[in-house]
Amino acid sequence: MSDSAGVKDVQAGKAPEVKGTPESELSAGDRQKVVTPEYMFFEAPRERAFITGSEAAKEAIRRSNVDVAISYPITPQSETMQQVGSLWAEGYVKEYFRGEEEIGVMSAIAGSSRAGARSMTATAGPGLMRGMEVIASWPGGRIPAVLLIMCRVVNAPLAIQPDNVELAYLLNSGLILLHGENQQDFFDYTMKAFIISERPEVTLPVAVAVDGFFVTHARGYVNIPSKDIKLPPRDPYAEAVPAMDNENPPARLSRDAPIQKSNFISYQVHASWQQEVWAANERARRYINKYMGGLIEVVNPEAETILIASGSAVSQSREAVRQAEEEHNTKIGLIKVRSIRPFPTPELREACKHAKRIIVPEFNYMGWLHREIVTALYGHSKAEIVPGPRVYGGMSMPTEMILQTIFPNKKFVF
Amino acid sequence: MSFKNMTITPGWEKYMTKEYVDLVERGPYGKQKKVSEMGSFKEVLEEHPMCAGCAMTLFIRLTMVGLPNPEHTILIGTAGCGRLALTQTSIPFIYGNYGDTNAVASGLKRGLEVRFKDQAKDVVVMAGDGGLADIGFSAVMHSWFRKERFTTIMLDNEVYGNTGGQESGMTERGALLKMAPKGKLFDKMDMIGLAQTSGVAYIARLTPTNPTRVASVVRKAVMIAREVGPTFIQAYTSCNIEYAIPTPKVLDDAREIESKRYGFMEIISDEAKAYLDSIDTSKKAKK
Repeated sequence: MSDSAGVKDVQAGKAPEVKGTPESELSAGDRQKVVTPEYMFFEAPRERAFITGSEAAKEAIRRSNVDVAISYPITPQSETMQQVGSLWAEGYVKEYFRGEEEIGVMSAIAGSSRAGARSMTATAGPGLMRGMEVIASWPGGRIPAVLLIMCRVVNAPLAIQPDNVELAYLLNSGLILLHGENQQDFFDYTMKAFIISERPEVTLPVAVAVDGFFVTHARGYVNIPSKDIKLPPRDPYAEAVPAMDNENPPARLSRDAPIQKSNFISYQVHASWQQEVWAANERARRYINKYMGGLIEVVNPEAETILIASGSAVSQSREAVRQAEEEHNTKIGLIKVRSIRPFPTPELREACKHAKRIIVPEFNYMGWLHREIVTALYGHSKAEIVPGPRVYGGMSMPTEMILQTIFPNKKFVF
Repeated sequence: MSFKNMTITPGWEKYMTKEYVDLVERGPYGKQKKVSEMGSFKEVLEEHPMCAGCAMTLFIRLTMVGLPNPEHTILIGTAGCGRLALTQTSIPFIYGNYGDTNAVASGLKRGLEVRFKDQAKDVVVMAGDGGLADIGFSAVMHSWFRKERFTTIMLDNEVYGNTGGQESGMTERGALLKMAPKGKLFDKMDMIGLAQTSGVAYIARLTPTNPTRVASVVRKAVMIAREVGPTFIQAYTSCNIEYAIPTPKVLDDAREIESKRYGFMEIISDEAKAYLDSIDTSKKAKK
């Protein structure tokens, strides 16, 4: 299969065809030109904007040819989905409503995605926990959809501050999980998530997470292409399972779910289905490499001490790397983990070959990334893998905290 | 369709199963079948693993005859006995999570409306009293408040039959069931009243004692949901196992319950009534 299989190549300069609709009645979305993902991601001229993460998500959705967006408020996500509501009012998103709560919203996404419509929603912390039964069933349903997550504390005690422990609950669900560092990542990953999610050999939901407030409410520079272009529409007939639109003969899965019987065949059905979900998750690597420049980014690959981080911890680590070099004359390596699922196990083994010390700064108490890294490198590295530094409950991470871990014999004030 | 997609490629008929060939050649697709014709056409539900004498199975079978456009219908269900039969229909069936039916249906219907501007796609939820009145209650109510355009059919056997006979919100007060060892301590939930309060366009309560009526109520409910707003059918579909109804007496029980507390009832909004009249008029005009 060629790289562009299933993605229609619409030539630039050609107006979109909307049959039988007079020009004056076209929606803002109808007026956008469809471009290839490659053009949108790599070739389209971009302009620099100084916007919040929520606004970056909005601009990504505007260009993503979204059919159905379903919202429900929760801090710090609310602003994003209300901005997506504005996009619907402007005509960039075809259908939008506020659901009753997260179980309802995540279920409705399962419905709209099964209808063959490109679908998205967003949530945070307790909202993610509430929707979890449904979210964990999306991969098994082979539901292509995009879930934006603005990480915050999971109650109790009640708090709304940034802390990304909630991502730990998604690690074993089968969905693809990308963790953005900043506003630019949030913009790019969101658009790319739709394309990766809908690939025939993937057909899985993609979650794009960022750390709440640090990314969602703070402004950053984001390079964005023109709003006059959009991604190609979803093609639900080029996916791993048929759309439930009654345009196909009835699907076998819906007739004989494994629960119908208790015999070896039913166990086999479920076992092979689980294997296939995780195999599809692995097959997403190809598109993460192609569209996102790889599952990891490596800075100073030759360094003996390496920081490995995801999300906002990457930004803080970058600054710590700069300070270590400029103020302490020491070159420190940095690996940014873009994709948490699939996890970059072979990439990390290769990148950490010469490492003597690995430090894993995290924005959560229990250190899920540290555990992942330890598992990935076990037997493949002799490096000490330092658990932390960590902040949680809403704290920010001063670079001095990272420097203190890098240079245990020096004294830093923070 | 759908129906076109089901049609067998010429020359391949002999390789398809008899059941499939019958469905294409003698199925209900593209023509409105009547209850009186049952036995003369291939039904969308035939084989199923339901208990002998199950009133719910009869009701589901009649419902399938009532569907105005099975080739453009999608069924949604949840945990419970009903889905054991629904999964065996030759209509796409979505089994999601516990109690999610009306939320899934909301997204599905809206997604289909975005994609199919010129072809009505009917979405029909069929789930039990536990699935709709207990665990799915919030999704049911909100789908009604939002005026989602699909049909909700409650297979009300007044018990969690599939999990072995526990009390549900739709169980009658006093009934002695599992998880109600002293008998149920509160009244049967008034879902009809709640449907009225939330502005459901067409509400019907019935039992399977009158087969023609079942098909006709389903047809009305699906047509009104397509054009006007949400519709709700609450059907008494007894559980002969958990309520120990002798198999040959299942319909006697239905008649008895019908006369005591489950009489046929239809509540129809003015808008829905006007819509039904308009279809009737256009049918007569055609004749």
